[in-house]
Amino acid sequence: MRLEILERGHRLRSRAVFALIRLMSRQPVVDAVKLAFYRPEFYGAGPLTHEAMRGPSEWSVGDRELMAAFVSKVNESPFCIAAHSATSRIWYGQDLRVAATLADVTTAPIEEPLRATLILLGKLTRDHAIDADAVRAVLAAGVSPQQVEDALAVCLAFNITDRLANAFGFHVPGPEAMNAGARQLLSRGYR
Amino acid sequence: MSDIRKLQRDLIARVLGRGGKAPPALRRAAFDNAGLDEPLRTLIDKVAHRAHRVTDEDIAEVRAAGLSEDQIFEVMVCAAVGQAHRQHTAALAALTEALGGR
Repeated sequence: MRLEILERGHRLRSRAVFALIRLMSRQPVVDAVKLAFYRPEFYGAGPLTHEAMRGPSEWSVGDRELMAAFVSKVNESPFCIAAHSATSRIWYGQDLRVAATLADVTTAPIEEPLRATLILLGKLTRDHAIDADAVRAVLAAGVSPQQVEDALAVCLAFNITDRLANAFGFHVPGPEAMNAGARQLLSRGYR
Repeated sequence: MSDIRKLQRDLIARVLGRGGKAPPALRRAAFDNAGLDEPLRTLIDKVAHRAHRVTDEDIAEVRAAGLSEDQIFEVMVCAAVGQAHRQHTAALAALTEALGGR
């Protein structure tokens, strides 16, 4: 990572948590965890991300993880693409749905409301804005206003996280560490 | 997800509030991506608009200009939160307009 404080500036209590994570998972602590534990009273976006990803919603956890992976792809964030592809893949119990969506959302074997929503999030992330017509197209595809709002919350969380992962230069670990992290995100969430 | 708006407000209040080591005006400028001088202007604009293009040199220049690592951490967080917040606010306004027009 580009800032030394994010590698080695943590308080004693956080360093003890890292030691426990290494012991339990037998994997290195990933950079997203190091960021989350650095001065959480300043940044600490865990509760916001947790609510968006695990709070009550008509979208499944797998669909929201897929949205996170998709937004991360538009933001060109290798760490977040890998982390949230792994999480959605484990939740769905299959790879095809995730891989096909990231390869080409227009032809992927997913439900039309999810497809329309992903396209909207992609446009918002790429263009930094969307207009009412773009939202009307999603509502016409059968997505409820609350589902649009819930998807926008996922997009908010990952438009923050992706930027920081890229700007701080998160290291992308191998699949074993990513899968261990994904299982942790599914069992405990983001808090 | 009624808690999202409160959690978002809380996050913004924290990064722009009293707990920071960088001056509040500098954090606000980074959040707004406006009114900054070089070399901070380049780093903050990259975080906001093309974070995948941030380089070691971008950060080294800001460090050489006198900011501490904690101050750099804070202004980069502010830039990311600020841009994501603007996008989210614009999208919610588009949703409201779309619903009003139906």
